[in-house]
Amino acid sequence: MSRILTFLTRRRGHGGRWHWTDVVTWVWLVGGTVLMFGPALWLISSSLKGPAQLAEFPPTLLPYVQEVVTVEGHAQPLPLFAVTLDDGSTRVMAQVRRVGANAQMIDPANPAERLNVPIANRTPVRHVGVATSNYTDPFLAFDFLRYLWNSVFVTTVATLLTLLTNSMAAFALSKYRFRGRDAVLLVIVGTLMVPLSVILVPLYSVVSATGLMNSLWGVILPTIATPTGVFLLRQYMLTIPDDLIEAARMDHASEWQIYWRIILPLTAPALAVLAIFSVVWRWNDFLWPLIVLSRRELYTLQIGLNTYAGELNVQWHYILSMTVVTMIPVVLVFVFLQRFITTGIAGAGVK
Amino acid sequence: MAGIATLLGRAVTSPLVLIARVLDPVLRLWQRRTGTGGMIALFLLPNMAVFGVFVIIPLILNFAYSLTGGAEILLGDRRYVGPEQYGRLLDCRNYLEPLSCREDQFWTAVRNTTIFVTFQVSLMVTVSMITALILNRNIAGRGFFRAVFFFPVLLSPVVVGLIWRWILQRDGLLNLIVTTFGGNPVVWLNDRFYAFAAAVGVSTWAHMGFFTLILLAGLQAIPKDLYEAAEMDATPPARVFWRITLPLLGPNLAVVLVLALIKGVQIFDEAYVLTGGGPGTATMFMTQYIYEVGFASILRNPGLAAAASILMGAVLVVLTLVQLGLSKRAERARER
Repeated sequence: MSRILTFLTRRRGHGGRWHWTDVVTWVWLVGGTVLMFGPALWLISSSLKGPAQLAEFPPTLLPYVQEVVTVEGHAQPLPLFAVTLDDGSTRVMAQVRRVGANAQMIDPANPAERLNVPIANRTPVRHVGVATSNYTDPFLAFDFLRYLWNSVFVTTVATLLTLLTNSMAAFALSKYRFRGRDAVLLVIVGTLMVPLSVILVPLYSVVSATGLMNSLWGVILPTIATPTGVFLLRQYMLTIPDDLIEAARMDHASEWQIYWRIILPLTAPALAVLAIFSVVWRWNDFLWPLIVLSRRELYTLQIGLNTYAGELNVQWHYILSMTVVTMIPVVLVFVFLQRFITTGIAGAGVK
Repeated sequence: MAGIATLLGRAVTSPLVLIARVLDPVLRLWQRRTGTGGMIALFLLPNMAVFGVFVIIPLILNFAYSLTGGAEILLGDRRYVGPEQYGRLLDCRNYLEPLSCREDQFWTAVRNTTIFVTFQVSLMVTVSMITALILNRNIAGRGFFRAVFFFPVLLSPVVVGLIWRWILQRDGLLNLIVTTFGGNPVVWLNDRFYAFAAAVGVSTWAHMGFFTLILLAGLQAIPKDLYEAAEMDATPPARVFWRITLPLLGPNLAVVLVLALIKGVQIFDEAYVLTGGGPGTATMFMTQYIYEVGFASILRNPGLAAAASILMGAVLVVLTLVQLGLSKRAERARER
């Protein structure tokens, strides 16, 4: 224990004393950790609360469920309350019904006797627990499963096509000398400068003209040629020695075979990084699917969530749980693959 | 770590190899007929086709759109009106007072975006800089904390918007904190000032990890012997910062600044989910204006949206050229 403490408080160059900058550092880091993870944890905790508890103020940090009891003569289980009686004593009683500001309570052990109690004098008996119906209901009742599937389809197909087309282009741009190569590279750099919001209107027109409106392919195709991807892969392929390619040509391999038999397997680490980027990008896409998809059954998760959250009567208990589900793939990437992305960004300055 | 990398590499490569293997006989024939040149063209074709159809053609069409009028979305149905849309956007008695303009929404969006970018970029650069400096220290668990600040970067804008909408709602976490300290609960997103501040804060929260990483990479590229020499001379830390860290980080800092500007001008997703542009038009930014005028509103006018997007694009092109120049300089500085 003390060794851990020494490790945690180890200082550089101040002879073991705490300098004020060390205090600032740890306040910043601990505060930052709370601020970065806190909101997501709050979301998860809230998503496990039932609708009644979500409407409460002040909110509790943990989700609770109301305890219920089955009483003879009542078909439904009755909620339990701790009731403060007139003489100041407290009893645990079941509520039969609520009438205005009063509640009819019975003792589960003695169901015949009914008591009228002002609702201010009773507090619910609860224990920490989760409202799983927030998660099960949307899967059964809403189009949620449909949205989930659309998102998975778009992400998978777009990523696969991104890897294929970008690696082909990167191969041509790194392993062949041909006239116009610099022009092609310039065009690719140029497209990096054109953000979606600038070409929104005409892009819509092009997508309708190609008949891709209201189709998941209309979401996928415009995204598959990423300049970032081409550059990332090209940079990596430039490090593959040309001797390998020459040797394969001696053995009468076709150019296509050189691409998939030699280059692709050797580029696997860079392909993996691009795949992670692409999955996160496509899973999170919002503005473009919002424009292309107007039929509900084609919505991706992001669009579906935004639509639910924009309805007049927002059903927060479902929205929160669906938001958590939407977050899952990205959290998995964060937990297992975060290092690849951060080194990718630090190295290339891409996003 | 290496295990995951190899596994993932294999997992993503094998479907590609499978597709390529299926195409093999066809492409062998293609090479026999067109030679290596034909193969190069074929390798470039899919990417170039997508860029051409979905970026370059729209870019050209955008100018055509901005010169047409009416509510029809397809270009063929629209009539030519000349530079009327630009005139309409720029028709203004006093540019600082959006309500005196013919397109008051456009100028509101311009004003909101300008204020947003000013505050968000300053906040972003300051916070990322402090975080990068702290992460560059010799602290325990550095890898962990670097990851912590990066977490929100991965979240989708919709998730970010909803998380914060939930915290800022009337019965939410922020009001719990406020009332615990004796304050009165506020409906944050119904207040023009707080909603705007929320848009600034939430977008900073979501993206600061990205800029922190770039700055951290820059800090780590500064040669260690400079610091050792400073320590030997017993230079005070503040002086080390102003004389060594800041000048050597300068180019990186400039790149981050311009990159944050470029991203800030385009702000849409998370702000839109968080506030929907409201209350009123208090948080309506440029991209939302383009989206609503182009597609969403009943009085839609794609020509006007195209003209507005070209004006925004012009600003972005200037910023991007500045950024490219600065990155070049940063690279040259690193090589030196």
